[in-house]
Amino acid sequence: MKIRKISIAAVAAATALSIAACQKAETPSGTTAATSAPVRLQGAGSTFDTPLFSKVFDAYQKIGGAEVNYQSIGSGGGVQQLTAGVVDFGASDFPLNDEQTRTAEAAGGPVVHVPVTMGAVSVGYNLPVDGLKLDGETLSDIYLGKITKWNAPKIAALNPGVKLPDTAVAVVHRAEGSGTTFIFTSYLAAVSPEWKSKVGAAGSVQWPTGVGAKGSEGVSGQVMNTPGGIGYFEMSYADQNHIKSALLKNASGKFVAPSVKGAADAGAGAAANMPADLKAIFVNAPGDTSYPISGFSWIVVFKDQKDATKGKALIDLLKYVVTDGQQFAEPLEYAPLPKPVQDLDLKAISTMTIAGQPPK
Amino acid sequence: MTRSRDDGMFRFTTAAFAAVVLLIVIAIGVELWRQSFLSIEKFGLHFWTGTIWNPVSGQFGALPFIWGTLYSSILALIIATPISLGIAVFISELSPQMLRQPLTYLTELLAAIPSIVYGLWGIFVLTPIVRKLELAVPDPLKKLPLFSGPPLGVGMGTAALILAIMVVPFTSSVAREILKNVPMAQREAAYALGSTRWEAIKVALGYGKSGIIGAVMLGFGRALGETMAVTMVIGNNPQVSASLFAPQYTMAAVIANEFTEAADELYLHALIEIGLLLFIITIAVNALSRLFIWSMQKRTGRTVILRPAAIEEVAA
Repeated sequence: MKIRKISIAAVAAATALSIAACQKAETPSGTTAATSAPVRLQGAGSTFDTPLFSKVFDAYQKIGGAEVNYQSIGSGGGVQQLTAGVVDFGASDFPLNDEQTRTAEAAGGPVVHVPVTMGAVSVGYNLPVDGLKLDGETLSDIYLGKITKWNAPKIAALNPGVKLPDTAVAVVHRAEGSGTTFIFTSYLAAVSPEWKSKVGAAGSVQWPTGVGAKGSEGVSGQVMNTPGGIGYFEMSYADQNHIKSALLKNASGKFVAPSVKGAADAGAGAAANMPADLKAIFVNAPGDTSYPISGFSWIVVFKDQKDATKGKALIDLLKYVVTDGQQFAEPLEYAPLPKPVQDLDLKAISTMTIAGQPPK
Repeated sequence: MTRSRDDGMFRFTTAAFAAVVLLIVIAIGVELWRQSFLSIEKFGLHFWTGTIWNPVSGQFGALPFIWGTLYSSILALIIATPISLGIAVFISELSPQMLRQPLTYLTELLAAIPSIVYGLWGIFVLTPIVRKLELAVPDPLKKLPLFSGPPLGVGMGTAALILAIMVVPFTSSVAREILKNVPMAQREAAYALGSTRWEAIKVALGYGKSGIIGAVMLGFGRALGETMAVTMVIGNNPQVSASLFAPQYTMAAVIANEFTEAADELYLHALIEIGLLLFIITIAVNALSRLFIWSMQKRTGRTVILRPAAIEEVAA
């Protein structure tokens, strides 16, 4: 009986809370219509972008720009909400695939991909060894389950003079679909034909081996906890948790540690041969200092904006994010966009139209 | 005249409310079906038996998830049932009066802990302990399928332990209520026949048998649907394995994990079909336990102390 009373109270409290939450959420859309109120934009998508966006959107509003409400629901969700017309922009850690493009175009015409930031993915490990060196082939063999001991000949050959323990390799990957996984598997697919044919590159894949952990915090936690563990996560998690990161052999044959600069250098190299739609995957990028597992994150919008006020505000916001907004990237451990990429972004944004007309 | 009209109105209103529950269940079922038709069309019954879950090539089979859900819940039940009954018997029959309230309160407190907290505790406290235990398993035992595989710490065994802890407060508080409702005359009669205390408790347990089975099934239902804590410690690897050491996956966990980033239509539909399967399995488990209780009532020719509806009332 007692439980029943408690549960009634709990339900009542939860209902009250959710009603309050709804009211809070509903007010903004109500005020959007009013001409005197500031423009309010809605966005949703990538969780990877969230810390950066919080900072940039806040700063933008302080200098008199539109107010942006961003919900970090995951890249796939962001694209769906954009297609459904729920949000003004989506943010995704991977470019739209063919099917997503088809559905989006059917709903609102062509889309524009705007790279807004870059990140590096660390390969963290738990061994009493500093500065472990790995190359793409070895890493893919580990994730394919072909290398099961840390003192395997392939790893030893890359680390001459290092005493590798006989510990079993405990592979950790993300359990849920994620942009981080997309970048990581894109890299493995780029360097290993076997990975490409057996597993492929996607936000979630059929892992040949290992343990799935939830979120980057789960993967880093699992690696920290497991002697012999290896896992991948955004660079900032390695720093926060003091996890050792492997040095990876890049396309120029140099071993590079993950860093903001390494990602930026990889991105700069990618700008040179950027496809017209800006959907560049630049894993294993050329350049002596490029860190090989780096990638863009994109804001995706419809090329033609139906609502004049909102469309104008959105274009202004995008311009701010890819230029002045980049100053906030580095302190938050994102790589700021190199100048050539910023220019390409501005060019892409300038192709956007409002109700078929170029913006005034 | 007015009185009978009021009665009629009252009956109608409450019946309408009752119908809402039924409508919601039907609506959930229909909506799950509608949203998963692509996957239902493409895989048919193979969806139940397929073991491959590959979002890249668009091949989906739910067997590893069904297996993981049932296996972890049954293991949790095996661990939790004796503990819960022990707690219930102690609190209602043996405990000194002054301990009764605090003990009741403490077990109920376990139910109030959010599952994410259980999960974090699982990762940082339970997993390292389980890994040590796994390392301590002697070599000959490791040849058994139950203990095969590398000692990762996360996996089926850890998940079952967490689930068991989460199920105990539910099962034990319902079982306690049931024992409390066993008429004193039953125990007095047993004592009058010269029973020991243990024998008298056995009589009380026997009297409340169907209610206690209801309590256990309630715990099972809870274990089937638990998501967050399980996904944090089970290892999330879709495979069918009997090993307690092996990382596995559950239905609720795969939906929670993969739904947000499921990009293409078929993938999304496959995930929703997993939801549909979970819905069907939960209903089946509930229906079976009801049938079981009813058949038992018929056999013993005795009304149960707590009707099934009352059981849920207590536990809700």
